[in-house]
Amino acid sequence: MATVEVTFTPLPAHVRTARLVAAAVARRSGVDEALLNEVRLAVGEACSRAVEAHQRHCPAEPVRIEMTDQGERFVVVVSDHAPGASGAPAGANGNGTGPRGQVEVAHEEDGGVIPAGFGLAVISGLADDVHVSSTSAGVSVRMSWPSAITA
Amino acid sequence: MDLKLGHYNKDGIEVVDVEGEIDVYTAPRLRELLIDLVNKNNYQLVVNMEKVEFLDSTGLGVLVGGLKRVRAHDGSLDLVCTQERILKIFRITGLTKVFGIHETVDAAIAAKKLEK
Repeated sequence: MATVEVTFTPLPAHVRTARLVAAAVARRSGVDEALLNEVRLAVGEACSRAVEAHQRHCPAEPVRIEMTDQGERFVVVVSDHAPGASGAPAGANGNGTGPRGQVEVAHEEDGGVIPAGFGLAVISGLADDVHVSSTSAGVSVRMSWPSAITA
Repeated sequence: MDLKLGHYNKDGIEVVDVEGEIDVYTAPRLRELLIDLVNKNNYQLVVNMEKVEFLDSTGLGVLVGGLKRVRAHDGSLDLVCTQERILKIFRITGLTKVFGIHETVDAAIAAKKLEK
Protein backbone atom coordinates (compact mmCIF):
# COMPACT_ATOMS: atom_id res chain seq x y z
CA MET A 1 0.00 0.00 0.00
CA ALA A 2 1.33 3.37 -0.97
CA THR A 3 2.41 5.74 1.77
CA VAL A 4 0.85 8.64 -0.08
CA GLU A 5 -1.32 8.70 -3.16
CA VAL A 6 -2.08 11.87 -5.10
CA THR A 7 -4.37 12.35 -8.03
CA PHE A 8 -4.60 15.67 -9.82
CA THR A 9 -6.35 17.25 -12.76
CA PRO A 10 -3.95 17.23 -15.71
CA LEU A 11 -3.04 20.90 -15.64
CA PRO A 12 0.54 22.25 -15.76
CA ALA A 13 -0.15 24.38 -12.69
CA HIS A 14 -0.51 21.25 -10.55
CA VAL A 15 2.85 19.74 -11.51
CA ARG A 16 4.65 22.01 -9.07
CA THR A 17 2.37 20.83 -6.26
CA ALA A 18 3.03 17.22 -7.22
CA ARG A 19 6.80 17.55 -7.12
CA LEU A 20 6.72 19.44 -3.82
CA VAL A 21 4.59 16.69 -2.27
CA ALA A 22 6.98 14.05 -3.64
CA ALA A 23 9.98 15.83 -2.15
CA ALA A 24 8.21 16.17 1.20
CA VAL A 25 7.25 12.49 1.31
CA ALA A 26 10.76 11.49 0.21
CA ARG A 27 12.25 13.51 3.05
CA ARG A 28 9.80 11.92 5.46
CA SER A 29 10.77 8.48 4.15
CA GLY A 30 14.43 9.11 4.88
CA VAL A 31 15.77 9.89 1.42
CA ASP A 32 19.07 11.72 1.73
CA GLU A 33 18.81 15.49 1.47
CA ALA A 34 21.31 15.44 -1.38
CA LEU A 35 18.88 13.34 -3.45
CA LEU A 36 15.76 15.42 -2.85
CA ASN A 37 16.45 17.72 -5.80
CA GLU A 38 16.70 14.69 -8.04
CA VAL A 39 13.42 13.32 -6.69
CA ARG A 40 11.77 16.69 -7.24
CA LEU A 41 13.04 17.00 -10.80
CA ALA A 42 12.35 13.39 -11.83
CA VAL A 43 8.81 13.41 -10.44
CA GLY A 44 8.19 16.76 -12.10
CA GLU A 45 9.36 15.39 -15.43
CA ALA A 46 7.16 12.31 -15.12
CA CYS A 47 4.14 14.41 -14.17
CA SER A 48 4.76 16.90 -16.99
CA ARG A 49 4.85 14.03 -19.48
CA ALA A 50 1.64 12.56 -18.05
CA VAL A 51 -0.15 15.93 -18.06
CA GLU A 52 0.79 16.47 -21.68
CA ALA A 53 -0.47 13.00 -22.60
CA HIS A 54 -3.75 13.49 -20.74
CA GLN A 55 -4.36 16.89 -22.26
CA ARG A 56 -4.01 15.32 -25.67
CA HIS A 57 -6.01 12.14 -25.06
CA CYS A 58 -8.15 12.33 -21.94
CA PRO A 59 -8.23 15.76 -20.25
CA ALA A 60 -11.00 14.74 -17.87
CA GLU A 61 -8.95 11.90 -16.35
CA PRO A 62 -6.66 12.65 -13.40
CA VAL A 63 -2.96 11.83 -13.26
CA ARG A 64 -2.00 9.54 -10.41
CA ILE A 65 1.12 9.40 -8.25
CA GLU A 66 1.87 6.71 -5.71
CA MET A 67 4.72 7.23 -3.26
CA THR A 68 5.78 4.29 -1.16
CA ASP A 69 8.34 3.89 1.58
CA GLN A 70 9.52 0.32 1.09
CA GLY A 71 12.06 0.46 3.85
CA GLU A 72 15.21 0.30 1.76
CA ARG A 73 13.83 2.20 -1.22
CA PHE A 74 11.54 5.16 -1.72
CA VAL A 75 9.39 4.33 -4.74
CA VAL A 76 7.37 6.73 -6.86
CA VAL A 77 5.00 5.58 -9.60
CA VAL A 78 3.45 8.15 -11.94
CA SER A 79 0.65 6.69 -14.03
CA ASP A 80 -1.34 8.10 -16.90
CA HIS A 81 -4.40 6.74 -18.64
CA ALA A 82 -3.62 7.97 -22.12
CA PRO A 83 -3.61 5.01 -24.49
CA GLY A 84 -0.72 5.13 -26.90
CA ALA A 85 0.55 8.28 -25.30
CA SER A 86 3.59 9.89 -26.86
CA GLY A 87 6.81 9.67 -24.97
CA ALA A 88 6.26 6.04 -24.14
CA PRO A 89 9.50 4.36 -25.00
CA ALA A 90 9.39 1.22 -27.05
CA GLY A 91 11.17 -1.53 -25.22
CA ALA A 92 12.08 0.55 -22.21
CA ASN A 93 13.66 -1.57 -19.56
CA GLY A 94 14.52 -1.38 -15.96
CA ASN A 95 18.26 -1.10 -16.10
CA GLY A 96 18.28 2.66 -15.99
CA THR A 97 18.68 3.21 -19.69
CA GLY A 98 16.45 5.88 -21.06
CA PRO A 99 14.37 6.13 -24.18
CA ARG A 100 16.13 7.63 -27.10
CA GLY A 101 15.29 8.49 -30.65
CA GLN A 102 11.63 9.26 -30.25
CA VAL A 103 10.15 10.16 -33.58
CA GLU A 104 7.18 12.18 -32.49
CA VAL A 105 8.08 15.77 -31.70
CA ALA A 106 7.05 17.50 -28.52
CA HIS A 107 7.34 21.18 -27.62
CA GLU A 108 6.43 22.21 -31.13
CA GLU A 109 6.39 25.86 -30.00
CA ASP A 110 10.15 25.61 -29.71
CA GLY A 111 10.56 24.50 -33.28
CA GLY A 112 10.63 20.81 -32.51
CA VAL A 113 14.10 21.03 -30.99
CA ILE A 114 13.29 18.82 -28.02
CA PRO A 115 12.13 15.32 -28.92
CA ALA A 116 9.28 13.54 -27.18
CA GLY A 117 10.73 11.26 -24.54
CA PHE A 118 13.30 13.86 -23.57
CA GLY A 119 11.78 14.15 -20.11
CA LEU A 120 12.04 10.41 -19.62
CA ALA A 121 15.65 10.55 -20.69
CA VAL A 122 16.23 13.18 -18.00
CA ILE A 123 14.56 10.92 -15.44
CA SER A 124 16.91 8.11 -16.43
CA GLY A 125 19.80 10.41 -15.66
CA LEU A 126 18.40 11.28 -12.24
CA ALA A 127 17.08 8.02 -10.77
CA ASP A 128 19.30 4.97 -10.61
CA ASP A 129 16.28 2.70 -10.93
CA VAL A 130 13.69 3.51 -13.61
CA HIS A 131 11.04 1.28 -15.14
CA VAL A 132 8.70 2.52 -17.85
CA SER A 133 5.81 0.30 -18.83
CA SER A 134 3.43 1.09 -21.64
CA THR A 135 0.14 -0.71 -22.10
CA SER A 136 -3.09 0.00 -23.90
CA ALA A 137 -4.30 1.48 -20.62
CA GLY A 138 -1.51 4.04 -20.38
CA VAL A 139 2.08 4.61 -19.34
CA SER A 140 3.52 4.04 -15.92
CA VAL A 141 6.86 5.46 -14.80
CA ARG A 142 8.32 3.81 -11.72
CA MET A 143 11.34 5.41 -10.08
CA SER A 144 13.10 4.68 -6.84
CA TRP A 145 15.85 6.05 -4.66
CA PRO A 146 17.63 4.62 -1.62
CA SER A 147 16.23 5.59 1.72
CA ALA A 148 18.35 6.54 4.69
CA ILE A 149 18.15 2.99 6.05
CA THR A 150 20.57 1.72 3.41
CA ALA A 151 22.67 4.86 3.26
CA MET B 1 7.79 30.40 -6.07
CA ASP B 2 6.46 31.60 -9.40
CA LEU B 3 8.58 32.91 -12.25
CA LYS B 4 9.82 36.50 -12.38
CA LEU B 5 11.24 37.85 -15.61
CA GLY B 6 13.05 41.07 -16.40
CA HIS B 7 15.39 42.30 -19.10
CA TYR B 8 17.72 45.18 -19.86
CA ASN B 9 20.25 46.15 -22.44
CA LYS B 10 23.92 46.37 -21.61
CA ASP B 11 26.56 47.18 -24.20
CA GLY B 12 24.18 46.23 -26.99
CA ILE B 13 23.43 42.84 -25.48
CA GLU B 14 20.01 42.01 -24.07
CA VAL B 15 20.25 40.47 -20.62
CA VAL B 16 17.26 38.45 -19.40
CA ASP B 17 16.99 38.02 -15.64
CA VAL B 18 15.08 34.90 -14.62
CA GLU B 19 14.03 34.25 -11.03
CA GLY B 20 12.04 31.34 -9.63
CA GLU B 21 10.93 28.09 -11.21
CA ILE B 22 10.93 27.25 -14.92
CA ASP B 23 8.65 24.30 -15.50
CA VAL B 24 5.79 23.15 -17.71
CA TYR B 25 3.54 25.82 -16.18
CA THR B 26 5.83 28.84 -16.25
CA ALA B 27 8.06 28.09 -19.26
CA PRO B 28 5.59 29.54 -21.79
CA ARG B 29 6.14 33.00 -20.27
CA LEU B 30 9.89 32.75 -20.80
CA ARG B 31 9.25 31.47 -24.33
CA GLU B 32 7.04 34.49 -25.06
CA LEU B 33 9.67 36.89 -23.76
CA LEU B 34 12.46 35.35 -25.84
CA ILE B 35 10.27 35.38 -28.96
CA ASP B 36 9.33 38.99 -28.29
CA LEU B 37 12.99 40.02 -27.90
CA VAL B 38 13.96 38.29 -31.13
CA ASN B 39 11.01 39.87 -32.92
CA LYS B 40 12.36 43.23 -31.75
CA ASN B 41 15.69 42.45 -33.41
CA ASN B 42 17.59 41.44 -30.29
CA TYR B 43 19.81 38.59 -31.44
CA GLN B 44 22.54 38.75 -28.79
CA LEU B 45 21.00 37.39 -25.61
CA VAL B 46 22.31 36.49 -22.17
CA VAL B 47 19.94 34.62 -19.87
CA ASN B 48 20.91 35.12 -16.24
CA MET B 49 19.82 32.01 -14.34
CA GLU B 50 21.53 32.72 -11.04
CA LYS B 51 18.18 33.10 -9.27
CA VAL B 52 16.50 30.12 -10.93
CA GLU B 53 15.41 27.63 -8.30
CA PHE B 54 14.10 24.90 -10.57
CA LEU B 55 14.53 23.99 -14.23
CA ASP B 56 13.03 21.03 -16.07
CA SER B 57 13.11 19.74 -19.64
CA THR B 58 10.33 22.11 -20.68
CA GLY B 59 12.53 25.01 -19.64
CA LEU B 60 15.46 23.49 -21.49
CA GLY B 61 13.26 23.27 -24.56
CA VAL B 62 12.46 26.96 -24.31
CA LEU B 63 16.14 27.88 -24.01
CA VAL B 64 17.08 25.67 -26.96
CA GLY B 65 14.19 27.18 -28.92
CA GLY B 66 15.50 30.66 -28.12
CA LEU B 67 18.99 29.66 -29.20
CA LYS B 68 17.62 28.33 -32.47
CA ARG B 69 15.78 31.59 -33.12
CA VAL B 70 18.77 33.88 -32.50
CA ARG B 71 21.09 31.64 -34.50
CA ALA B 72 18.75 32.05 -37.45
CA HIS B 73 19.86 35.70 -37.33
CA ASP B 74 23.54 34.87 -36.70
CA GLY B 75 23.03 35.70 -33.03
CA SER B 76 23.77 33.76 -29.87
CA LEU B 77 22.19 32.95 -26.53
CA ASP B 78 24.50 32.44 -23.59
CA LEU B 79 23.66 31.53 -20.03
CA VAL B 80 24.86 32.70 -16.64
CA CYS B 81 24.71 29.92 -14.09
CA THR B 82 26.87 28.67 -11.23
CA GLN B 83 24.29 26.60 -9.37
CA GLU B 84 25.24 22.95 -9.36
CA ARG B 85 21.65 21.68 -9.22
CA ILE B 86 20.78 23.64 -12.36
CA LEU B 87 24.02 22.83 -14.16
CA LYS B 88 23.39 19.14 -13.55
CA ILE B 89 20.41 19.00 -15.89
CA PHE B 90 22.49 20.68 -18.60
CA ARG B 91 25.17 18.05 -18.12
CA ILE B 92 22.70 15.13 -18.11
CA THR B 93 21.26 16.29 -21.41
CA GLY B 94 24.58 17.21 -23.02
CA LEU B 95 23.50 20.82 -23.41
CA THR B 96 26.67 22.15 -21.77
CA LYS B 97 28.17 21.68 -25.23
CA VAL B 98 25.41 23.71 -26.87
CA PHE B 99 25.25 26.77 -24.65
CA GLY B 100 27.98 29.10 -23.58
CA ILE B 101 27.68 29.01 -19.78
CA HIS B 102 29.35 31.75 -17.76
CA GLU B 103 29.79 32.60 -14.10
CA THR B 104 28.70 36.24 -14.30
CA VAL B 105 26.74 38.51 -16.62
CA ASP B 106 29.88 40.58 -17.20
CA ALA B 107 31.83 37.48 -18.19
CA ALA B 108 29.07 36.48 -20.60
CA ILE B 109 29.03 39.93 -22.19
CA ALA B 110 32.81 39.97 -22.43
CA ALA B 111 32.77 36.60 -24.15
CA LYS B 112 30.17 37.83 -26.63
CA LYS B 113 32.28 40.87 -27.46
CA LEU B 114 35.23 38.61 -28.21
CA GLU B 115 33.04 36.60 -30.59
CA LYS B 116 32.17 39.67 -32.60
